[in-house]
Formats: sequence, structure tokens, C-alpha cells
Amino acid sequence: MIHRECGVLKTTYEADMALYPLPIARWTVAALAVLFFLVLPFSVHEYYLSIVNLIAIAVVGALGLNILVGSTGQISIGHGAFMSVGAYTAANFAVRLGAPFWLALPLGGAMAALVGAVVGIPSLRIKGLYLAIATLAGQLIIEWTINHVTWISGGVQASIEMPRPAFLGVEIASQRGMYFFLMFFVVLAVVGTLNLLRSRIGRAFIAIRDHDIAAEIIGINIFRYKLLAFAISSFYAGVTGVLYTYYLGIANYEQFQITVSIDYLAMIIIGGLGSVLGAIFGAIFVTLLPIVIRYAMEALGGLVFSQASVLNIIPNLRLILFGTLIVFFLVVEPEGLNRLWRNIRNYFRVWPFAY
Amino acid sequence: MRRSFPLLLGLAVAVWTTHASVAPAAASHEIVMGFLCDRTGATQTVGVNMCPGAQDYVRLVNAKGGVEGHRIRLIEIDHEYKVPPAVEAYERYKKEGAVVIAVYGTPIVYALTQRLTEDRIPGTTPGFGRGDATDGTRYPYIFPIAATYWSQGAAAVDFARQQLGGLKGKKIAYLFYDNPAGREPIPVVEELSTKEGFQLKTFAVPPPGVEMGAQVLDIAQRYHADFVIAHLFGRSPSVSIKELKRVGYPLRKVVSFVWGSAEADVEAAGGWPAAEGYHVMQFAGVGTDYPVLNEIREMYKKEGQPAPKEMTSTVYYNRGVVWAAVQVEAVRNAIRAKPDGRITGEDVKKGFEKIANFTLGGLVPPLKITPNDHEGGGLVQIYQVKGGKFARETDWFSAYNDVVAKHIKEAGAKK
Repeated sequence: MIHRECGVLKTTYEADMALYPLPIARWTVAALAVLFFLVLPFSVHEYYLSIVNLIAIAVVGALGLNILVGSTGQISIGHGAFMSVGAYTAANFAVRLGAPFWLALPLGGAMAALVGAVVGIPSLRIKGLYLAIATLAGQLIIEWTINHVTWISGGVQASIEMPRPAFLGVEIASQRGMYFFLMFFVVLAVVGTLNLLRSRIGRAFIAIRDHDIAAEIIGINIFRYKLLAFAISSFYAGVTGVLYTYYLGIANYEQFQITVSIDYLAMIIIGGLGSVLGAIFGAIFVTLLPIVIRYAMEALGGLVFSQASVLNIIPNLRLILFGTLIVFFLVVEPEGLNRLWRNIRNYFRVWPFAY
Repeated sequence: MRRSFPLLLGLAVAVWTTHASVAPAAASHEIVMGFLCDRTGATQTVGVNMCPGAQDYVRLVNAKGGVEGHRIRLIEIDHEYKVPPAVEAYERYKKEGAVVIAVYGTPIVYALTQRLTEDRIPGTTPGFGRGDATDGTRYPYIFPIAATYWSQGAAAVDFARQQLGGLKGKKIAYLFYDNPAGREPIPVVEELSTKEGFQLKTFAVPPPGVEMGAQVLDIAQRYHADFVIAHLFGRSPSVSIKELKRVGYPLRKVVSFVWGSAEADVEAAGGWPAAEGYHVMQFAGVGTDYPVLNEIREMYKKEGQPAPKEMTSTVYYNRGVVWAAVQVEAVRNAIRAKPDGRITGEDVKKGFEKIANFTLGGLVPPLKITPNDHEGGGLVQIYQVKGGKFARETDWFSAYNDVVAKHIKEAGAKK
């Protein structure tokens, strides 16, 4: 992430595909692990951890969507619905059969993967905007189904109260406990995605994204890999839905509407399509920026506007600023925050020299 | 890494323990009140007028010396009607030491219910969400404090009965926004249809609720409804008025639930003359003629400012005032029990459960909140569009309390 070799010195495929390109990468990862598992959770107020928790949930979802959109080149506006599939599956298993989280969570993911693969079938014939509309149909159908089939949604109110996850008999309820719970899955998701993308499957995804006909000619089974991309991506979405449900303590249909799908698309586009770090950046940006803007406005808004109008101006200006900043970052670097980060690194690599 | 691990662990534990020992004891005499609001999201037409009402009331209380001598700090956070910002806002309220939180928005109520209960902070949800939360024994920290959708449904059927002079063999149409909140009253209304012997047909309006020509035509010309009960949100109430008018259905045979009943809805439907006869249900007084509103105007005059323009939207503004007023009243009861002002969420919960005979000059319904009944009786008033304004049709009333109570009980037994 922050380390950088001074040239391309790799002589074997193994070296090129290594998870840690340099020894220092190990140390970076170790330092991050210490920061996120020992220093951060025990040094800040629970409120800040709650923000990190929201980001953590978003990271898992953004990573999953990025596998599909960024790495395989297939668009989906149905990820909000896939999350709800995961959430309601897990909630039903947890409430009706008393399944613990380590069972409910993968089951939710698996069901979402199954539904995602079905919704992904049109991708075999159509691409781009047409596929977007097909997945939009998936979103609407799933929303409608959950909204109307009370056997799934647990009643007219379409919400199921979820018991808290328990680990070794201890209930995880506090924000700090939730932090560790969520972080565990973030690490799994990040490591899983990194490994997926450098495996045979990941390379096949990238080949399909770059040119699907060429990919087919070199022997990649398009049918299989496109559906696999949808399934894996939806699995992540389903897990995100389950994590969200455990975090809030309820599965509710209104938490997974189409705006959620759009928000996640925004995350990966702002962060940078097709990169793990980009998905993380995007999730942080979209979750954190409105909060930061609000604090800035609360601190400075009173200097410019009267106290009564500040209350009306803050939320509106926050939306305007949020939109403006997204446009700004995309104009500065259309390939997203990840590319911006790489550019900064490249600049400092030879600094203070020009070349 | 391996060698330094115990050291780091020790460091982390040290940091944590010192942190934990410093954390509490922050209670000051300032009472912190959270107020979630939506001025920019899906229901912004409500928020832009309702939240200033709450702000102004709290300002008035503070201007008069606070609650029993303790000032109130109202923290308003806009959540855009989205769950993640609301969760973040809730955690911030908790950090600031809020003793009561106004939870705006049905999905947000659902998302925060478990946390509110675990953290023992009362949350108020007037007029929407969680009919089952009336049961204070099951949801000790959720306070609907106004008629829930179940009570509204019962009141609407009763109003239809009054208007039609009996319901036997009559045809009632229930026109609703097709989401969980829209469907919530259906079981109650269905049961009343068997009990009272009227025919009931439901007409769903799919989101975003601006297209209901077919449903309205069906109601007016095929089903020939004797009365229409409408439960719509956002832009759709005004569309429903327009469409019903277009097919020639008399608006005096329509009653709308509380979220389709503001000045803005009538104006968007083509103005007051166009909506003449339309009935609306209210959980707070409507109009400008209440002592507390005069006091707010007086307060602005003293500051040399004109009264805020939001006050002209009396339906939502008054709801904001009522919402804040009931919360302040609960805080007042809590402080009376603990005069030093160091109250917690639990004290405010008990304060809510003592509220009775608090009407604020007719603006607030005569609520009676008890540990079992967090709704306070489910009282509503019906107004009618008449000569360019809302004219009061009925006094505060509630209906079929036994049926609503049965559904609350059943919802509790399901768990």
C-alpha cells in the first residue's frame, strides 16, 4: 500500500503473483493489524467505533460489487436486493431455527449467491446499460417479493428482529464488541478478494472484462465465469446484508432499497473500479464525508448564517458539498481515489527530483 | 512482531483501562435531547416545517428559564431518511448524553429499537411506525406518544361509520401506499370489516406513488365505494386528491391518515377550492390559535424578528411543537423526581409514563401514557377542508380500542 519497489525486478510468475510483493509489505500489514485490532478499538470512544463499524459493513459490500463491476465488467443495480436476500435468509434461520451467526451468515451469503446467479443469467446475452436494466428488474422483483410474501418477511411490517450474535456464549452487543465482529469479516473479505483476483478465476474475470470474445477464444468458459462472478459478488452482498442485520438487530425491507444499490455503485466508482484498495477508499469516502462535512458546518456555519437558518442550511449544503466533492474528485482523477493515491505515491517516489 | 506483541497488548490494556476510568461523570445540568430530522430526504416536505416547530418550542422553554431551572440542548441531525446516517447520529446522541431521542422515520425506528432498549434511552415515534410498540411491557423504551397506524385505522373506520350512519353492508375502499407502513393497518381494518359487517377492498399504490389513475377509477366507477380511507405518503396524497376529483368522486367521502393531511398536500393538489370537502386526520391541533404559538410569536417579536414562515404550515409545525412539548414534559416529570437535573434515560422513561392531562391549550391531545400504554390513548381529530382552511369536524377521539388492543397483544404473543 504505502511501500514501493524501485523497479520491476520480478523474474518468475510466482513473484508476480505473490500476495506480499516486498518484505516490507508484511510489516505494513502487521502494523495495520496492530492499529486496527489493538490500538484503535481501545483508544477511542464508542461513537467513533460506530462510524468505523458502518464503514466496515460498507467495505464488505463494496468489495463484492467491485468484483462484479470493476473486475468482471458486468454491471449490477441489484445489490441492495441481494443484501436483503442475505439478511432475510439469515434472520429466518436465526429466529425460526435458532441458528448461530457462524451458520446463519454463510447461509445468507449462499442464498444471495444463488439468487444473484439467477439474476445474472441475462448477462450472458446482454451487456452494459441493457444489463443494468435487467438487474434493476431483479432488484424490483426481490423487493416486491420480500414486501409481499409474509412467509419470508415475517409479517406485514416486513421486519424480523434478530438476536444478537453470540461468540463462545458471550453476546456481542456493544459497539466495541461489534467492531471486532465486523472487522473479522472485513479481514476475511479483503484477504479473500485479494486472493481471488490473483487466482485463475480472478484472471478469467479480468479477461472477460477486457474483451469477452477474446477471452472466449483463449478458452475461458464465459457462461461459467460470468455466473460465477455474479454468484461471488452476490455472496459478498448477502454477507453484507447479514452483517447489517446483526449490527442493527433487525432485518427491515426499507434498509435495502434501490438507493442502497446506487450508493454502493457510487462507492466503487469514486474509489476506483477493479481495485481492492479503491473499494475500501470508496466505502470510507461515501460513509465518512457527510459526517465530516456536518461537523465542519456545525463549527463554521454559525459564522456565516444566523443560528435558525443554519439548521436548515446544514443538511442542504451537506448534500451540495457532497455532490460537488464527488464531481471534483472524479474530474481530478477519473479512475478514482485509488489512482489518486497511486499518483501521489509515484510523485513522492522520486521526490525531490522531477524524474 | 511476535516479540513485541505482549508489550503492545499491555499498552493497549493500559490505554483502555485509563480511558474507561475517565469516561463517566460527565453529567451536567444541561439536558440533552436528540432530534432526528429529515429536511433533505424522501419526506423533506414534513421535516422542513416540523423540525423548526420543535426547535422553536425548546427555545421558548429555554427563554423562560428552562425546565425547572435546567436548560435543554436540542441536537438536531438530518438523516436524509436513510438508516446509516441515523445510526451514526444515534451514537452521537449517546455520546453527548441524550436522555430522550425523537426518532423520525419508520425504517429508522425499526433500526434503532434494539439499541434504544439496550441503552435505556427512550425514543419517541409519534404518528408512524410500530403499532406493536404501544405495548410498553414489550418495548419499554419506545414511545409512540400519538395514534399509531392501528389506532388511525380504527379511528378512520369509526369516522366512516359516523359519516355514513352505520356500516352494515357498506363498501369501504382502503387506498394505501404499498410498503410496510402502508400495509400495517390492514389487519385491524380487515377485522373491523367482519365485526361491523362492511365490505372492504384494498387498493395498493406502488412506490413512488404518483400513479394511481387505475386504482382511483376502480374505486369510483367499478367498486362504487361508499367511503375511502387513504393512507399515503409524500407526493401521493396530493395525487390522490387530484385523481379522485378527476373521476368525480366526492372528496367529502374521503378520510386521509395523518401523513396525507397537511396544507402542502392540499396546495399541491390544486389549491383549497379544488380539495373542498377532503377529510384529514390529525394527532396535533391544527391552526394558529393556540396560546403556546402566541408565545412563540411573542418570543420572535421580542428578538425583533418576524415569525418564521414555517408557522404558516400549521399541521407540521404544530406537530413539531407537540413532539418537543411531550418530550419536555417527560423531562420535567423526571426532574421533579430528581431536582438536581442529573437524570438518565430511565428517569425520562418514568417521566413519560406519568404524563396525563397535558394539553398545552388544546394543541396536544389529552394523552394518558402508562407503563402498559405508550401510545397514550391513540387520540386523533378529524378536520375538513372548508372555505380555504382546515375546519375541525370532531373532538379528540379513539375507537375500537378493544380490537387495537387485541392486535397489540397478538403481536406480543408472536415473539
